[in-house]
Amino acid sequence: MQFIQIYTGLFLLALGFIAGTIVEKQHYRRIKRREMGFITLPTMTSRNVLDEHEVMRSQLALGSAVISVDYFKRFAASLKKLFGGEIHSYSSLLDRARREALLRMKENFADADLFVNVRFETSTISSGGNSRIGAVEVLAFSTAVWYRENSKHAIPTPLDR
Amino acid sequence: MKAMILTNTETVPGLKVVAHYGLVQGSTIRAKNIGRDFMAGMKNLVGGELVGYTELLQESRDQAIERMTAQAEALGANAVINLRFSTSSVAAGAAEILCYGTAVLVEEHGSQQGSSQDSGYGTPGGQQDFGG
Repeated sequence: MQFIQIYTGLFLLALGFIAGTIVEKQHYRRIKRREMGFITLPTMTSRNVLDEHEVMRSQLALGSAVISVDYFKRFAASLKKLFGGEIHSYSSLLDRARREALLRMKENFADADLFVNVRFETSTISSGGNSRIGAVEVLAFSTAVWYRENSKHAIPTPLDR
Repeated sequence: MKAMILTNTETVPGLKVVAHYGLVQGSTIRAKNIGRDFMAGMKNLVGGELVGYTELLQESRDQAIERMTAQAEALGANAVINLRFSTSSVAAGAAEILCYGTAVLVEEHGSQQGSSQDSGYGTPGGQQDFGG
């Protein structure tokens, strides 16, 4: 009986490690490819439109993502908690969630000329009790701005391609 | 009526704020359902995005924004500025999503000050009830 439990645990760890690594690698590849498409689109945390461009319109832009961590990394993190120090397995999780949320925000308004006042909200999702769900939700929001003289800022959007 | 302008900056870029109506807010409390929770539990083994939760939270956020917008509309505002979001867990498996901002009336820079035809909107900063 005890062997079965151990094997199940090992199987889940192996599954988490292999599948989790593949999923993460694919996700990072996707993120990097999409980020290249927005490389010319200015995104900033300052509150005002700094340029002397005339603004045509502005609108709230939202993007969110819920990303969870795999079984192996959760196990590794719980071990790390005994000794303290930086938990690397969670930092990649948060990094992915943030970049994904930011990308979605930009993709929602891919034709905008500028994003000002970008802010992040992070919240953890847990179902309470013992069944912890190691997932984070990141919301990225900002104000998308369109300039009046649009022709000057003909930025090719990834959705056009 | 034109769509409500929402921004998270102190002004609406390109437009002029002519009247403030004070704080407006909208919130919703959502519980997860078992089906989604089960799928999330499965997905949790391998990691990656929990699409069900992303959608759930997006829906709730849209609803919170809708409620806030309705409040602003009742006040006669045409924009909500300085929008903020906040999430808090009320109990295990339930979360509140709150969004709040300042309801304002905005105009084009060139147009007339005060806009006399909008006499029903009250004075800047004035208190008004939400009308139900």
